[in-house]
Amino acid sequence: MTTTTLEAALPRERRRRIRPSGGADRAYRVVLRLAGAAVLLLMLMVGAFLFDKAATALRLAGWDFVTTQDWEPDSGNFGIAAVLTGTILIAGVAIGIAVPLATGMALYVSEYAPGRLRRVLIGLIDLMAAVPSVVYGLWGFAFLQGQVVGLARWLSTWFGWIPFLRVTGSDPRDPLATETVYTSSTFIAGIVVAMMVAPVICSIMREAFSQAPIGEREGAYALGATRWGMIRSVVLPFGRGGMIGGTMLGLGRALGETIAVYLIISPVFVIQPHILQNGANSVSALIALRYGEAGPVALSALMAAGVALFLMTLVVNFGAGIVVSRSRSGAESEA
Amino acid sequence: MDQPEIRRDTATLRGEDVLTALGAAVAAICLTALIYYWIAPFSGLLGFGALAFASFLALYAVLLWLDGDGPSVRDRLASAVIHSLAALLLVALVFVVTFTLVRGFSALVHPNFFTEDLRLAGPLEPLTVGGGLHALVGTLQQIGLALAITIPLSLVCALFLAEMRGGFPRFVRTVVEAMTALPSIVAGLFIYATVLLVLGFDESGFAAALAISVMMMPIMVRAADVVLRLVPGSLKEASLALGASRWRTAWHVILPTSRSGLATAVILGTARGIGETSPVLLTAGYTKALNTDPFHDPQVSLPLATFMLVKSPEPTVVARGFGTAALLLLLVLLLFLLARLVGGRSAGELTARQRRARTRQSSRDVARIERRGKGNS
Repeated sequence: MTTTTLEAALPRERRRRIRPSGGADRAYRVVLRLAGAAVLLLMLMVGAFLFDKAATALRLAGWDFVTTQDWEPDSGNFGIAAVLTGTILIAGVAIGIAVPLATGMALYVSEYAPGRLRRVLIGLIDLMAAVPSVVYGLWGFAFLQGQVVGLARWLSTWFGWIPFLRVTGSDPRDPLATETVYTSSTFIAGIVVAMMVAPVICSIMREAFSQAPIGEREGAYALGATRWGMIRSVVLPFGRGGMIGGTMLGLGRALGETIAVYLIISPVFVIQPHILQNGANSVSALIALRYGEAGPVALSALMAAGVALFLMTLVVNFGAGIVVSRSRSGAESEA
Repeated sequence: MDQPEIRRDTATLRGEDVLTALGAAVAAICLTALIYYWIAPFSGLLGFGALAFASFLALYAVLLWLDGDGPSVRDRLASAVIHSLAALLLVALVFVVTFTLVRGFSALVHPNFFTEDLRLAGPLEPLTVGGGLHALVGTLQQIGLALAITIPLSLVCALFLAEMRGGFPRFVRTVVEAMTALPSIVAGLFIYATVLLVLGFDESGFAAALAISVMMMPIMVRAADVVLRLVPGSLKEASLALGASRWRTAWHVILPTSRSGLATAVILGTARGIGETSPVLLTAGYTKALNTDPFHDPQVSLPLATFMLVKSPEPTVVARGFGTAALLLLLVLLLFLLARLVGGRSAGELTARQRRARTRQSSRDVARIERRGKGNS
């Protein structure tokens, strides 16, 4: 009874429409969309322009662009076989050196270091990741170049039977042999780039390791695991996504590095698989070396090389993104 | 019958562990010296270190195995490896930085380094003539121009990505993420081909600033987007539920909450942009003279000056190059400290001063409400 009277007494509630708020709000939306569109336009323009310019050279060279080692764009004989291989070799050496170091550092910071030291180290690693690449290049150019010769000779003497560690044109038994065959090599450039990317990789790995759940850590200890046992069974599996993602992000940085590489290598335009030997090359160093003297065709060829590099880093970066977002550590941090 | 329980030592580091490690280290160094100087003649400090480390691990494993079982030997070996890898990386990185600072010190101690350019300084002049003023001015102007372009655009774009829903923002986010992979030299090549060759501008500081902007913008948008998405949804919903419009919510809730994070994103992006050499190499040209007009004529920046100077065979010119590199490093360090100062706090966390201000405000509110209550009754 009472309910019906109440219903009768109250006017029936109408579904309210949320009015779009006033002019300021509309202007706000418009400004946001405009900024988004402007950034999108700019980025698409960069991409479209690069691909458009590169297409000229690609039409000229055809499939030979991938297989030719020389770089003589004005006579139509050019390709990225040598420079792309060089880029991958340098990045490979860099990752091979940087990943173990970065993993050790990340594990130390997240598992072993006492509290105060941990905070200092985290700050220091982030700072190192912000140090300009020219500083690393300078160190490699002015210091490392002279120091590595001994190690390079030792490696090539004793491990020369591994194909890519061989150095042609050197005789370890000849004490007067020139040491220049060991300088300006892929190996030295790789060490410098490794120093550059190690902090980047390390800080991503540390982030992933430190998110390993405390319950599972304590569970491992309660089952009698040693600290290493706990790390191997909890921290490393949990942080695997972060490890792979960080490594790939570091690889992306290593592939695109210019100045540190350019300062060290002496460019050659053949595929140089002997990483300890003088002579190396990379796509970015090629662009820095040749942009000034380039005519329209040569410039377009450089663009094509740049686009090839861009596509490679793009694949690596997106791969990293997918790995990180699919891993358990990524899922945990999203919540 | 019960024995009184003996207090157990729970320290993770035992005295004998230290002795074991020390013994293994001494034995390893002696063994390596033996190999190096008598058995097989090698040279080079790096090789010595590598061999000494390998033999240290082997000897340490043997010593541990004498008084332990499998898991504990593996635990201690892993701990030794991790500690030494961490120490190696740390020493190497710190060495890179101090090497540049120390070598650059000889140029930086002369006050004329900060007041003169290199116009009058030939390759054989001593360090008391000439300096890096032109490069410092160039760096500051170029990064200033680049920031004037990127900061407004990136922050608004990041707000767009974080606040708007639907297909369009998602597409923009994908494209921006793709562009973070753009190698900096390709960004430089793009500006070189468009602004310099097609539009016919000079090599100038402005072109360099454009190249830095193209490189820096995706990085900054992405970092700011991550920070903005960390703002708790409950805060935004509370603001909207109180009747605030979207724009008031953004201005009074989202931006203040993420202020320190946004500042960190901007500063770290600046640090990336300021040290980038390759886009500047293609677009700024090179000059030895001070040029305060970024829109005309070549203008050099600190990383570019470093790159050009250290290739010289003359020791004084190389010393100048180290000087500019050290200056650049100090600038980055300054930016980084600034970022630590303003950032590093998560959304909604307050400094002591802000907390005091809030307390004062709140006690004023209490007093006001009480006054009102008395007035009504």
